[in-house]
Amino acid sequence: MAMLEVKDLQVFYGMIQAIKGISFEVNQGEIIALIGSNGAGKTTTLQTITGILEAKAGKITFEGNDITNMPGHKIVKMGMAHVPEGRRVFANLTVYENLKMGAFTRKDKGEIARNFERVYKSFPRLEERKNQPAGTLSGGEQQMLAMGRALMSNPRILLMDEPSMGLSPIFVDEIFKIIEEVSSEGTTVLLVEQNAKKALSIADRAYVLETGNIALSGDAKELISNEQIRKAYLGE
Amino acid sequence: MSFLSNLINGLSLGSIYAIIALGYTMVYGIAKMLNFAHGDVIMVGGYVVFNLMTGQGMNPLLSVIAAIIVCTVLGVVIEKIAYKPLRGANSLAVLITAIGVSYFLQNAALLLFGSDVKAFVSVFNVKPFRLAGGALTITGVTVITVISCIVIMIGLMLFIKKTKSGQAMLAVSEDRAAAELMGVNVNQTISLTFAIGSGLAAIAGVLLCSAYPTLSPYTGAMPGIKAFTAAVFGGIGSIPGAFIGGILLGVIEIMGKTYISSQLADVIVFGVLIVVLLVKPTGILGQPIREKV
Repeated sequence: MAMLEVKDLQVFYGMIQAIKGISFEVNQGEIIALIGSNGAGKTTTLQTITGILEAKAGKITFEGNDITNMPGHKIVKMGMAHVPEGRRVFANLTVYENLKMGAFTRKDKGEIARNFERVYKSFPRLEERKNQPAGTLSGGEQQMLAMGRALMSNPRILLMDEPSMGLSPIFVDEIFKIIEEVSSEGTTVLLVEQNAKKALSIADRAYVLETGNIALSGDAKELISNEQIRKAYLGE
Repeated sequence: MSFLSNLINGLSLGSIYAIIALGYTMVYGIAKMLNFAHGDVIMVGGYVVFNLMTGQGMNPLLSVIAAIIVCTVLGVVIEKIAYKPLRGANSLAVLITAIGVSYFLQNAALLLFGSDVKAFVSVFNVKPFRLAGGALTITGVTVITVISCIVIMIGLMLFIKKTKSGQAMLAVSEDRAAAELMGVNVNQTISLTFAIGSGLAAIAGVLLCSAYPTLSPYTGAMPGIKAFTAAVFGGIGSIPGAFIGGILLGVIEIMGKTYISSQLADVIVFGVLIVVLLVKPTGILGQPIREKV
């Protein structure tokens, strides 16, 4: 059974249908990329999975539990974390307070302390800046904070929305290296990216979204050499 | 010496405004709405104490606690019935609803308690303090009001800084969706905010009616508007801002009344607000609003 299963999902913004009945699955331990151009419905899909948007039809199952239209705060508790598009760190809170918010659903003090250690180890920069308000960090550092904050809940699956957006190439490389690290430590990853090349380079499998439909799917290595993909998304 | 005495009166009135303004500013910061019924919750608190203490002869402290409980529950109920269904509606609809709730409370009080102005007996039985050989007298209510305000302010700051619920409030005020993604129950956090704000309104009601001992269904209206002004003055959404705005407003009002004109006191108060907003549109401690992409 797949860890996360999306079946015939439909999402609307008012009268406009953004997601037109898509199905896909993410298996334990995989890195899955959801690629596609602007407006294809990638962010909408993630936001519907984590309960920010409402699904009109279809079913979302996480580890065998139906989470369709469950309130977002309950989904986090079940072991799913979402790094939103545009980072959305709490600008007036310090780096430390942001990370602590990430552990909001965790009660075990020892576990929280271990998660802090783990996050500071992956992102030494966050430890250096822990007493600084998050709003004063650079874009790349804010992305690290958003990731670290999500990891503080010790998720079994991490949903990431456009982690490379607006970052310098050096930061993009660093962020992707950390995604691979997180994955190798056993966290399943669902990655939404416009930077298809980068996403496909670390993903196991990928789905290509086009105006609310899945146009293509398959092994990431195969997709990267697919003529159609190269033309449409890799700019070749 | 009379200047000092006026200043102290200003601080006392300002403390009451500050306690009310804290409720306004917290609700605005977290629920992103102006709860114009907030002032009328003060009046409800006043009537609870009046009826229990003067009517039933209940112990003053117990009647104050009862008023806090009634107002806290009232605040939560108002939010559940009137505002929660409008979450996501445009802000004008919410604003009009809040004005409607305000009229509802005033008219309900009119129906229940009548339109006659009640003589409120001060809850506090504290002897006035005489300083400087009797040249300066400070009433007990004044001292208690100022102390209450400082205690509430410090308590609130500690609550927000140190507790999980407080941090959840900060997170919701900054970014509701991101807070939800952290596992914060946003609806519960908004309820808690209304509960705290309304509980504070009850305390403000007791202090207000003790300092200015009359009570009518419209008692809360003007202080409510003034406290709203104070919250905007200090930077709406900011807790220290509400405190500073409230104190300044009280001092300006009393000073204006004494040294310029008692008829023009309110004109001066609102005039100062306009000038502050012209110079600094976000208020004294307000932050510029960032457009979210």
